[in-house]
Amino acid sequence: MSLSTKHLLGLENISSNDIQLILDTATTFREVLERPIKKVPTLKGTTIVNLFYENSTRTRLSFELAEKRLSADTLNFSTSTSSTKKGETFKDTVRNIEAMKIDMIVVRHRSAGVPQYLQKISNAAIVNAGDGQHEHPTQALLDMYSIREKLGKLKGLKICIVGDIERGRVALSNIYGLQKMGAEVSVCAPPTMIPKNLESFGVKVYTDINKAAKENDVLNILRIQLERDAGTTIPSLREYHNYFGVTADVIEKNNKDILILHPGPINRGVEVSSEVADGPYQIILDQVTNGVAIRMAVLYLLGTKN
Amino acid sequence: MTIKAKIIDEAGLNRTITRLAHEILERNKGSNNIVLIGMRTRGEFVAKRILDKIIEIDNSNPELGILDATLYRDDFRTRLKQPEVSVTNITFDITEKDVVLIDDVLYTGRTTRAALDAVMDLGRPSSIQFCVLVDRGHREMPIIADFVGKNIPTSINEEVKVKMNEIDDEDAVYLIESPK
Repeated sequence: MSLSTKHLLGLENISSNDIQLILDTATTFREVLERPIKKVPTLKGTTIVNLFYENSTRTRLSFELAEKRLSADTLNFSTSTSSTKKGETFKDTVRNIEAMKIDMIVVRHRSAGVPQYLQKISNAAIVNAGDGQHEHPTQALLDMYSIREKLGKLKGLKICIVGDIERGRVALSNIYGLQKMGAEVSVCAPPTMIPKNLESFGVKVYTDINKAAKENDVLNILRIQLERDAGTTIPSLREYHNYFGVTADVIEKNNKDILILHPGPINRGVEVSSEVADGPYQIILDQVTNGVAIRMAVLYLLGTKN
Repeated sequence: MTIKAKIIDEAGLNRTITRLAHEILERNKGSNNIVLIGMRTRGEFVAKRILDKIIEIDNSNPELGILDATLYRDDFRTRLKQPEVSVTNITFDITEKDVVLIDDVLYTGRTTRAALDAVMDLGRPSSIQFCVLVDRGHREMPIIADFVGKNIPTSINEEVKVKMNEIDDEDAVYLIESPK
């Protein structure tokens, strides 16, 4: 069994078999992470560049750790300390890095479509670590893995994504991925944060958090992205919290069996209350652990492909 | 795939497993400090059978774990087909234990080399012993088994197929013409 694709650009154009293979392979690496020596020699001699044109804590650390635990050599690139500041174009930067003989590129960029462009100008295997408001496939994969680990399946589950759907790349990747795995996906947000025609994707739209909590098995709560001008779509964070914030009250009133996910970073007291973020319904830190396993699986499957 | 010979039948397999269990107990003076580790896929079932025998003979119950050494292989760059990985399941500590590593067929020794590295990453055992159902020769690594069910001299154009009831609906060992 191997992936039918050479790159992981997003979940829109990947088959459910490929998703299944990544999730199953991640189980193997999840076990590796529990060992006293959390490292395997599988990608020895493979060089991976982490090309981060946008800030990131979790994703970047998670990828770097995944690479190291597979024994790959890693290079880290970030705009703040690079020649981008001197005016070098993206294409030139990539060509120069590639001339150093690298095998894979993990890329994050504020513009959508950069991974697709990179695939055209580079021979390396490309992994999308988030491109603008487009996709963030490894985050969606780790969300799916975490849900599957907790609830035993994805097929037939009702999963609601709460928060800034329009600006959230996590939302789009989750919608593509979960639908392919047979889950029923819905969203819940103020109408100003929901893209037009979302229903044509087969996604149910809620504007009432209580109803969403009542009718779903899982809430995947996304962050209100202040850096992407989310402030122009809601009157105030306080008001957002009052109407859409997931609080202990919302859960206890509507659905005590619900599973809460959040990809982080959390804005406590905005999209989710501290009580919920630290409470018994959530698996937020499991998601972080699983993220390393998912990224190891993706890097392994792409990096050992001939 | 043409079958050239049936080398071991069901009764023969049972006798071989019985002898291997006895030899393991003899060498280790009982099962006090041993743990069994079966190598995926067929080695897992050989190990389970040996464990059942040990329970029967010795009235003791050593730990059994399953090892997948795929991540330690040396042929990722040369193989055309990507090998499938599955999960290692060893829930006990192997430190200071006598590990008996169990596989179905010993051939080039490369899988064994990978398995040794994998075991060493799980702890520091006091010894590792190697038990195989069939040794078919043609080693490419300096590896030798401590316990051998049957030595079967083969040509490189042949293959040894171990069938286990648990997944193959049959207990037998066949010598077959290798599919080119």
